[in-house]
Amino acid sequence: MGFPILSVTLAVPLAAAIVCLFLNAPAARTLALAATLADLALGIVLWANYDIGGAQWQFTERADLFAGFQYALGIDGIALMLIVLSVFLMPICILASWDAIDRRVGEYMAAFLLMETLMIGVFCAQDLFLFYIMFEAGLIPMYLIIGVWGGANRIYASYKFFLYTLLGSVLMLIAMLWMVNVAGTTSIPALMQYDFAPQAQTWLWLAFFASFAVKMPMWPAHTWLPDAHVQAPTAGSVILAGVLLKMGGYGFIRFSLPMFPEASAQFMWLIFGLSMAAVVITSLIALVQHDMKKLIAYSSVAHMAIVTAGLFAFNVQGLEGAMVMMLSHGLVSGALFLCVGVIYDRLHTREIDRYGGLSINMPMYALFFMVFTMASIGLPGTSGFVAEFISLVGVYEASSLATLVLTTGIILGAAYMLYLYWRVAFGVQRNADAAAMRDLTGREWLMLAPIAAAVLWMGVYPESFLAPMRKDIATLDARLAGAAPTGDARLAPGKPRSYPANAIAHEAAAAGEAE
Amino acid sequence: MNSIVLIVFAPLVAAIVGGLGNRMLGATVVKSITTGALFLSAALSWPIFLAFVAGGAEATVVPVMDWVRSGDLVFDWALRVDALTAVMLVVITTVSALVHLYSWGYMEEDPDQPRFFAYLSLFTFAMLMLVTADNLVQMFFGWEGVGLASYLLIGFWFRKPSANAAAIKAFVVNRVGDLGFILGIFGTYLVFGTVSIPEILAAAPGMSGATIGFLGWRVQTMDLLCILLFIGAMGKSAQLGLHTWLPDAMEGPTPVSALIHAATMVTAGVFMVCRLSPMFETAPVALAMVTIVGAATCIFAATVGTTQWDIKRVIAYSTCSQLGYMFFAAGVGAYGAAMFHLFTHAFFKALLFLGAGSVIHAMHHEQDMRYYGALRREIPLTFWAMMAGTLAITGVGIYWLQAGFAGFHSKDAILEAAFARGTESGNFAFFMGAFAALLTSFYSWRLIFLTFFGEARWAASEHIQHAVHGQHEPLDAENEDLGPSHEHSLPANPEGTAGYHPHESPLSMLIPLGLLALGAIFAGWVFSPTFLDDAEFWGGSIYYNEGLIHAMHAVPLWVKLTATVVMLIGLFAAWLAYIRDPDLSRRGAEQLGPVYRLFCNKWYFDEIYHVIFVKPAFWLGRLFWRRGDVGLIDRFGPDGAAWVVAQGAGAAKRFQSGYVTSYALVMLLGLVAAVTWVLF
Repeated sequence: MGFPILSVTLAVPLAAAIVCLFLNAPAARTLALAATLADLALGIVLWANYDIGGAQWQFTERADLFAGFQYALGIDGIALMLIVLSVFLMPICILASWDAIDRRVGEYMAAFLLMETLMIGVFCAQDLFLFYIMFEAGLIPMYLIIGVWGGANRIYASYKFFLYTLLGSVLMLIAMLWMVNVAGTTSIPALMQYDFAPQAQTWLWLAFFASFAVKMPMWPAHTWLPDAHVQAPTAGSVILAGVLLKMGGYGFIRFSLPMFPEASAQFMWLIFGLSMAAVVITSLIALVQHDMKKLIAYSSVAHMAIVTAGLFAFNVQGLEGAMVMMLSHGLVSGALFLCVGVIYDRLHTREIDRYGGLSINMPMYALFFMVFTMASIGLPGTSGFVAEFISLVGVYEASSLATLVLTTGIILGAAYMLYLYWRVAFGVQRNADAAAMRDLTGREWLMLAPIAAAVLWMGVYPESFLAPMRKDIATLDARLAGAAPTGDARLAPGKPRSYPANAIAHEAAAAGEAE
Repeated sequence: MNSIVLIVFAPLVAAIVGGLGNRMLGATVVKSITTGALFLSAALSWPIFLAFVAGGAEATVVPVMDWVRSGDLVFDWALRVDALTAVMLVVITTVSALVHLYSWGYMEEDPDQPRFFAYLSLFTFAMLMLVTADNLVQMFFGWEGVGLASYLLIGFWFRKPSANAAAIKAFVVNRVGDLGFILGIFGTYLVFGTVSIPEILAAAPGMSGATIGFLGWRVQTMDLLCILLFIGAMGKSAQLGLHTWLPDAMEGPTPVSALIHAATMVTAGVFMVCRLSPMFETAPVALAMVTIVGAATCIFAATVGTTQWDIKRVIAYSTCSQLGYMFFAAGVGAYGAAMFHLFTHAFFKALLFLGAGSVIHAMHHEQDMRYYGALRREIPLTFWAMMAGTLAITGVGIYWLQAGFAGFHSKDAILEAAFARGTESGNFAFFMGAFAALLTSFYSWRLIFLTFFGEARWAASEHIQHAVHGQHEPLDAENEDLGPSHEHSLPANPEGTAGYHPHESPLSMLIPLGLLALGAIFAGWVFSPTFLDDAEFWGGSIYYNEGLIHAMHAVPLWVKLTATVVMLIGLFAAWLAYIRDPDLSRRGAEQLGPVYRLFCNKWYFDEIYHVIFVKPAFWLGRLFWRRGDVGLIDRFGPDGAAWVVAQGAGAAKRFQSGYVTSYALVMLLGLVAAVTWVLF
């Protein structure tokens, strides 16, 4: 066994978190930045050393703890990309909190670093209970961040978050206990191969669904998200949108689909129905929002609906598209929340109507905001397009109706995002204080520029991100192949016409004679 | 390095350098870089086109980079050059280069010039990516890229609410079309297993009899795919139903209207249908739809064009109408004629717009033709340029000599093709097209007569009054294009010059006018044989309909003369109503009453759409939010649970403040239970 890189990746932020508790504000900031940058470096090492097309589980570590409970780590390409996303966003979050957080900085940084450990833990855990601990515990620092450093109505927001997640996780835990009892193992790779009885699958699937649908969040279990986003500090929103929402999608792709393929096929239309409802309803809601963060939160729900639909399309494009959508949305919505944070730090309001004409006094800000707006709309050349396109190609193979409804999101998405952009960056300068705001600082450049580069990279050459996941998705697709429902296209070949539609008489006659 | 790479990417580099270097480099440097890049692209494009005209040039595909590989779904960045692309290359780069040059003069007083030029170059890059696409997805990239540039340029004067509204409208209405386009791409991939255009075109005939399920119905595969793709074309090319964004797009600076909303971007839909012509030829129902929609747009837009007062809106509706001609030409199988009209239209329509810009420039940003008149002697060069454009668009020419201005050659060919096709939709298109040609002639000459002839009516214009009385606001450039919405009340005696002296535009604006005028005069005559009768020129890049070409030559003489006759009628009517008896037009409008109002109000499309789409969207959004999320889900979900807890425990507050610990406790208990279960 070589260098335990995954354990180190988990340990670095954890150790820094403990130290941060005892440091004063400037030192805590510096340490947190250093630790997250170290983890970013480790993430890049992971990505660079990941053997594409090699073993399914790489960088594995295992240590038996008590009673069959194992400390087992390992990643496949899917987990790798999500870990890279997490470690990429963390230093940016620390930078975003640099000046915005001025009380209990040590504790704040500790909470963030702890969350990083737990997030990475979720993606690399190979033991069912280890996963469960990470999955649920990861929310505790988030509660604290919202509850302690949040806005005026933070208690209500975190309470709502708590109530939703509690329900889901209790059901999931019961299901996990039952599974371990039946299959006799807590190893996730082993469970992914295990064939549960179809009857049992239905109930297990529903139990897991309760947890993942809340995390995603899927309509109608989404109402905690806008409140949580609105109340959270900027960096909290970035992590919430960027990584925590992805845990739901990761759960579907790691548990629901491979472990319960028959049940997944059975519930395909439930997922499609909820996804279709989410795209239309939340997009329309986003159109009438006055609060920037709420608007982006609702747009997140609409985007995550593309993820769920893609996952349950039961083909390679759907799965890969859903993964790219998760990565893309992690970057884009994170960046959009940062954009809100930049002006919130200056004016301390999220009311859209308080701004206007920002492209006059903040041209660079307006440029970045435009890039991320376009990525959110899914303009080709940005990550958002690649994600939407591949996943909807997949969905189309399953159902044309679902695709038609989901694709209306490109119209509604353009409407609410451009309407937002107009009110914030275009128009006249309505308020003197908004007109006096200065353009991006160096620190803000460091936050936004890397994300913009990543968004364009993923839009122009997504192969870097698709290649590591290809084999794992193919494996999953093969596992699902038996259960995959047939699409509604059912192409039926007919007798081809022998001449073009606009062929003129004598030509058509000639063609007819030749037949 | 292949010259096509330079042609396509030089504008992109210029746009990035100009856009990011905005303030560092200064306006002059940015303008030089972008304009220089475009002239370079144009200079490299003409040899490619002429090589195809001369014959012997081969279609090539230059690979650039991998793009997406997902299962069987594979597509790359690549630049395809064939005859069809070559036509578009010269149109795009030439008009774009001239518009860049023109903007030096037109935008001179604008403080934001680097941004403007960067957007223009960005647009050109996206448009070039569109026409060089070798697969449908790259075409969609260019398609959306030009949409972005169009959005940015329509909203260039972003302080104006009307400009912002127009920009968003353009983007969103185009997205409605894109919904069809992208579903068409999905369907095409599903059917053919590829998005590569050559492979699809090769496989399409074999699919012509196949059926497919769509939304629960079984339909003809090829008709479905082509109709979906055509919906995309309808959005981009402003065809009836999805046309409402184009007149509003006139909020953008006039050079933008010339480049994007006349010569290039709006013709992308026509280009797409021609590019995919072998595919459309397997879909008779889709082709009938193309024909009918094109013909309907052609006549609809022409009727509206006859009643507008804003000089730019007249030309905008004219563009819409001319695009209708191109579509029904494609619909009846005359793709060569459609592309020919696209080619000639690019020159004369860009000329008309830039000429209108020159008039607006001279008239101190007044756009209402009611305040023009007698400008012939004040700005003679602009007048002659506009005359060349008008002679071209109305199709002036002499049949027996086969010589005329650009539109004479292309429009006649389209009408002949529609008649020669002989189907019901073809005949419909012929008669609609002929009547629209009459209206075209009427509104084009009306524009000329109102602007350049008659008495000066400048005194009533607020813009002119400002100029004369020196109340020139610094933001004057922003106030351009207020459109017909700012109705001034006409004073009792509107005649007079108010002492204002219009001035002819600078050389940077006159040179593009002159060059485009050459195009409007000669492009039809020079290239007619190439586009219409030369199968070898097209080299398989479009479906070349040999039989239709023969039938076109065999149509009766009255068909061939129709265009000329209706043109003369339109000219005569315009002369009667605006020169001989200027009061006749007002009395005519009163006589026609409701019909006039229908045309003048653009058939009430905007009002209807507002009532059935825009308002319900906001209403539903509020409903789902207030009643759905807050009133239903929250009320019976988390808030309801809190209420129950509060009733039960009587101490919701304690519960709420202790939530983190209680949650952690629940989880811990769960874990203990789990471990116990496994252990025993």
